[in-house]
Amino acid sequence: MSTASVPLPNWITYGLMPFLNLVVAFLISGVVVWFIGESPLDAVTLLLQGALGNGEGIGFTLYYATNFIFTGLSVAVAYHAGLFNIGSEGQAYVGGLGAALASLALDHYVPWYVTMPFAVAGAAIFGATWALIPAWLQAKRGSHIVITTIMFNFIGAAMMVYLLVHVLIVPGKMAPETRVFLEGGQLPKLDWLIAMFGGKLGPAPFNVSFLIALFMCVVVWVLIWRTKLGYEIRTLGASPTAAIYAGIPYVKTVIITMLISGGLAGMMALNPVLGASARLQVEFVGGAGFVGIAVSLMGRSHPLGIVLAAILFGVLYQGGDALSFDMPKITRDMIVVIQGLVILFAGALEYLFRPAIVRVWQRFGKA
Amino acid sequence: MSPTPTAAPAIELIGIDKKFGAVHANKNINLTVAKGSIHGIIGENGAGKSTLMSILYGFYHADAGSIRINGQNTVIQDSQAAISAGIGMVHQHFMLVENFSVLENVILGVEGGALLGRGVSDARSALKRLEADYGLEVDPDAIIEELPVGLQQRVEILKALYRGAEILILDEPTGVLTPAEADHLFKILGVLRDQGKTIVLITHKLREIMAITDTVSVMRRGEMVATRRTTETTVEELAELMVGRRVLLRVEKGPAAPSDVVLSVRNLTVKDGRGVTMVDNVSFDVRAGEVVGIAGVAGNGQSELLEAITGIRKPASGEILIHGKPVTGFDSARLRALGLGHIPEDRHHMGLVLGFEESENSVLGYHRDSRYGRGPLLDLDACREDAKAKIEKYDIRPPNCRLKTANFSGGNQQKIVVAREIERDPALLVVGQPTRGVDIGAIEFIHRRLIAMRDAGKAVLLVSVELDEIRSLSDRILVMFAGRVVGEKTPDTGEQTLGLMMAGIAA
Repeated sequence: MSTASVPLPNWITYGLMPFLNLVVAFLISGVVVWFIGESPLDAVTLLLQGALGNGEGIGFTLYYATNFIFTGLSVAVAYHAGLFNIGSEGQAYVGGLGAALASLALDHYVPWYVTMPFAVAGAAIFGATWALIPAWLQAKRGSHIVITTIMFNFIGAAMMVYLLVHVLIVPGKMAPETRVFLEGGQLPKLDWLIAMFGGKLGPAPFNVSFLIALFMCVVVWVLIWRTKLGYEIRTLGASPTAAIYAGIPYVKTVIITMLISGGLAGMMALNPVLGASARLQVEFVGGAGFVGIAVSLMGRSHPLGIVLAAILFGVLYQGGDALSFDMPKITRDMIVVIQGLVILFAGALEYLFRPAIVRVWQRFGKA
Repeated sequence: MSPTPTAAPAIELIGIDKKFGAVHANKNINLTVAKGSIHGIIGENGAGKSTLMSILYGFYHADAGSIRINGQNTVIQDSQAAISAGIGMVHQHFMLVENFSVLENVILGVEGGALLGRGVSDARSALKRLEADYGLEVDPDAIIEELPVGLQQRVEILKALYRGAEILILDEPTGVLTPAEADHLFKILGVLRDQGKTIVLITHKLREIMAITDTVSVMRRGEMVATRRTTETTVEELAELMVGRRVLLRVEKGPAAPSDVVLSVRNLTVKDGRGVTMVDNVSFDVRAGEVVGIAGVAGNGQSELLEAITGIRKPASGEILIHGKPVTGFDSARLRALGLGHIPEDRHHMGLVLGFEESENSVLGYHRDSRYGRGPLLDLDACREDAKAKIEKYDIRPPNCRLKTANFSGGNQQKIVVAREIERDPALLVVGQPTRGVDIGAIEFIHRRLIAMRDAGKAVLLVSVELDEIRSLSDRILVMFAGRVVGEKTPDTGEQTLGLMMAGIAA
């Protein structure tokens, strides 16, 4: 109880502490790698090489990061209102339906930049709709949002499989997916951006969604810290009793927050569906919604932190793929272990070192 | 065992120094407490009393200095070490398990082995002995949450004694007690002293210091500024030492000039979350230009009454009218628009969001107002300008509107709330515990502001468990007991009469 209230400068809270957590996560991962008989140093070199060593690696890293920025923002907005949205996964999945319908409807007639706003809106509206029922149940009935959003992940997954297998499937094909979108229904790659830095994107699916994600970071920042709604969201999250005192309507605020959160999660679908595979497939979200929870925690629910954390997880994903390719002993599951350790230290144990740092700071750091 | 000059003092603090970041909480504190005496420590909030006692009890470690207990140099690493050194602490907020019995609470942490049987029977006989020695009667099998607050506190004292405490630290022990319960506590403390225990009493109530202490130390801004024999000092001197300047202890005010009825409460009944009736068929009026005080021991329905009037809790039945217009069931935003200002009882949970910057709190509840930004946007510069003006006018310290609200002292936090609510110039100001945990300087300031509101023709409804505060501010006093208004009195009514009414004994 003695160190929790001691204020620390921001560079420690937002810089040093996440860094230390990360270092410890990697050290323990190193021990694990060493146990299975590989050199930790070689492993980390391969991982970084694979993720950041060339244009294609960077392209994949940023492609994954784009997914995590959207879902991280989704979790963060809800978290500011004190709501733990575990349903970004399902909201993104259903959001994919909205994005895909826009592309399927328009790709014959218009270029991509006309389709894009409709796809963005479709993804956001479908994602938001999927968050609406849990939000309403929380606001009106007090059903815990964690439980309902988890359940809606399952319902959403089942619904999407049904639609893809029975409704949206191309007649005569075996694969449960929609037809491939024409160019007018795709989001173009950002090869010029990588080329600006002298790299070659190659087959990496890094696309315009990344720019939309960065734009949404700015939008979320303005929403949370520069609008009256954001003020109400933060008040509700920080002190529900103070929110009642201030006359902030609980039901309305909870529902609006969750619609925004679900919308952001839905927009994640733009990246894989319109940007990468140019079709709607089953399981395209691939756990990005859950990674978003870790990204949001690690990024302290701030857009800038979320971008950095999303890139870190992008590195882990892409570098992990490369690593498991080059070091067969380190399987896909080992990569998940390493990611798990990062989540554990950076997210769940975020204040692990705080008491020690406070003591050092009090002894040496005082101005 | 009576105090003898030759015996080593029970507590000696020598050169205690403690810093939290830039805050120097304790500056080279020296304190000697004689064995078998009651020693008072007074000081404003943030003066360093609690820090000092937390160091003595092992919660914090001093940066410098040493502690001697009974003449022995003692290192107090943690509260376990404090207990084995014979130091016991009774916290302001009780550390009891509410649904455990008295006995279970007393042995908590010192059960003596994995099986309870023997520990329990030992404890039972030990409790009997303590009861006989000190007159601390309490049924060992009673469940804590069913006991009145005064008895719960007694359990805390028993807990400390059971652990062999020779030195007892009490932190603001009378905050939750009726005057009668407080008197009873003082009697117990007197017995404990006569039996050779040493007692340190932390309080901001000067009257208590004068009533029961043998010696008193005054702290101000982290320093020990004076130690006096209680018989050789006066309330005025102590107040001046605490604040560092002369203080008016009585509120100066002229007669009230009440005019139109602003607030009417008609047959109001309010239930709490469990469905228990907390306010039972209460009716009263508050007129413009008067302060109506509601006296009562905490937990007799005042909080629920306030919540119903301010739109936080929906009443079960009855009617509330502002300027004759029915407003029953309105939420606080609508009531604010009708000219209601609300200084809530609990600034930490309601009046403020502690994690916010000061400037953000200075608009809480009024943030939708167009002066703080057009349309959906919040104009932070406007909020900060507004906050700066209030900081200046209400002398809020430190004068930094970007500082996190949690880092302000209790008195300054309260001033943030008071400034926000009063500056909107409400027709009706509803005030709960305006000076709870607030230092003397700020109390004086807040009281003057409330009277100024009255004199400006506003209606003020005041709820406080501090009888002194009710008596010095109110023009009429309503006494609440068990959810009912049991009587209306004038402010010159004797404390004893009001105390009996608050205890439900006389009407």
